[in-house]
Amino acid sequence: MSVDTTSAWSPRWAINDTVTIARRNLLAIIRIPTALVFAIIQPIMFVVLFRYVFGGAIKVATSGYVNYLIPGILVQTTIFGAVGTAIGLAEDLQRGLIERFRALPMARMAVLGGRTLADVVRNVLVIIVITIVGFAVGFRPTGSVVSYVGAALLMLLFAYCLSWGFAFIGLVAPNSEAAQAITFPLIFPITFASSIFVPIDSMPSWLRGFATYQPVSQVTNAVRGLMNGVPHGASTWISLAWSLGAIVMLAPLAVRRYRQVA
Amino acid sequence: MSLEFAIEVDHIVRTFNNGDFYALNDVSLRVPTGQVFGLLGPNGSGKTTMVRILSTILKPTSGVARVAGFDVVGQSDQVRRRIGLAGQYATVDENLTGFENLRMIGRLNHLSTNESTTRSRELLSNFGLDDAANRLAKTYSGGMRRRLDLAAALVARPPILFLDEPTTGLDPQSRQDLWAIIEGLVESGTTVLLTTQYLDEADRLAQQLVVLDHGKVIAEGTSAQLKSQLGATVLVLTLPTTSDAVRTAELVADLSEQPVRIEGLIIELNVDGGPANAAEALRRVDAQGISVTGLSLREPSLDDVFLTLTGHKVSDDAAPDANQRSARTAHS
Repeated sequence: MSVDTTSAWSPRWAINDTVTIARRNLLAIIRIPTALVFAIIQPIMFVVLFRYVFGGAIKVATSGYVNYLIPGILVQTTIFGAVGTAIGLAEDLQRGLIERFRALPMARMAVLGGRTLADVVRNVLVIIVITIVGFAVGFRPTGSVVSYVGAALLMLLFAYCLSWGFAFIGLVAPNSEAAQAITFPLIFPITFASSIFVPIDSMPSWLRGFATYQPVSQVTNAVRGLMNGVPHGASTWISLAWSLGAIVMLAPLAVRRYRQVA
Repeated sequence: MSLEFAIEVDHIVRTFNNGDFYALNDVSLRVPTGQVFGLLGPNGSGKTTMVRILSTILKPTSGVARVAGFDVVGQSDQVRRRIGLAGQYATVDENLTGFENLRMIGRLNHLSTNESTTRSRELLSNFGLDDAANRLAKTYSGGMRRRLDLAAALVARPPILFLDEPTTGLDPQSRQDLWAIIEGLVESGTTVLLTTQYLDEADRLAQQLVVLDHGKVIAEGTSAQLKSQLGATVLVLTLPTTSDAVRTAELVADLSEQPVRIEGLIIELNVDGGPANAAEALRRVDAQGISVTGLSLREPSLDDVFLTLTGHKVSDDAAPDANQRSARTAHS
């Protein structure tokens, strides 16, 4: 019997498969109105809400609240985007699509790789849209373009690493509703008890410790510092360390779970 | 490749719930290349588990299965390049159009972009989905989804096709359409493993059959062999009173090797000896002055097969899915 040499594991096909799956997931974002609302309209509402409704009551040390707010909203939005990873995977699993993929000669990890890649692409679009919306409401970052891009890359990296944890949740959850229900109690404390919307020194002392040292605040401080060209200590390095730690811990978890269910 | 058997299954066992439940219990079968092979059985008999094992989705607990000569566990990648899978759940991506669904499957089968596109268009047109090609699959009817699902299984022109209850829950017209498509595929040389709970479907499509019950093979052979073994036709008589029904059952009991079934006013008799036996039954009833209020002959259903082979009806089975049961009743 002749041995077929075109293995599905060759890097070329692994990339082909990952891109094919990512493409499919991006199309789904456009096709499911709620997903689009989630990705684009919700952060715009947050911008408007905090810029015009709550913003007046929030005192920040820097020049204006809008310059403080927009980098925070960007971080919040990229992290919220990871919820889509969990919901999407739970849905695919529930509908039997992952099982169908399993019977195809495709690279096995392309389902997770394509999903997380699609989330990165979506986050890039969201960053661009929110930056434009930010400018429209008075956001004037004082940092250089290079450091602005650096800040965007930093939050993309952090959200990407985090999305592997959400992939794990999506693969554990019995259905997409449950996936959503599990992710929100996780995501709310880390985004709201952080430096995203308000300075941490305005919080009660019992919350301050958590809020200061948790990764989302570190990422926010780094992104805000880079965008506005202000010193931000070691937060960039701490953010990179958190990202690395997250992916090293979470990716194997998701991959192992994927092997179990699929 | 000219293997005598496209699929070889030897002593496959698959347990669930840590070994408490045997979905498949020592099943062996041989599927000759180029034929339609039927796996017949009620819900929970192990048909779908067998298809999942053969399509490399599920690993067997023990035993060996080869598809196109390749081991489904050790050479799963080789197997995947030679199979197509479609089934009752029609797992198409609802958020993609029909065309996008097929092209995606083509790309994941490592066809080039051009090839995927050409092949997708060709299949959409063959399966009467031209007009719906650019509509989202979520807007498709049940029959259209099945056709799209089957088309997806065919994108890479696999020599072996698994069809898991392809027509369950479909209306009669969609059913006929799918049957015609499947027959066309076999003519062009594809080997098809078909699972079904409908005897007429197996009869129409499959040259050879295996009947599964509770994870075991309880009968096998050609459709004709099984039929003669099972008694060809069932005579159904409706009588005015239950006592007439009981009396009639006694009168005709010796005409069949199978016991007469009585359900209220209705009696059912397998007429193994053909029309002559049916005529004899009617003569006897008439001679006793019993007036029959209803009379029909029907082909044996899966229920009759099971009654004959196992002594229990399909509907006595552990936990058949309510929807599928009603779909079957509506059909028969």
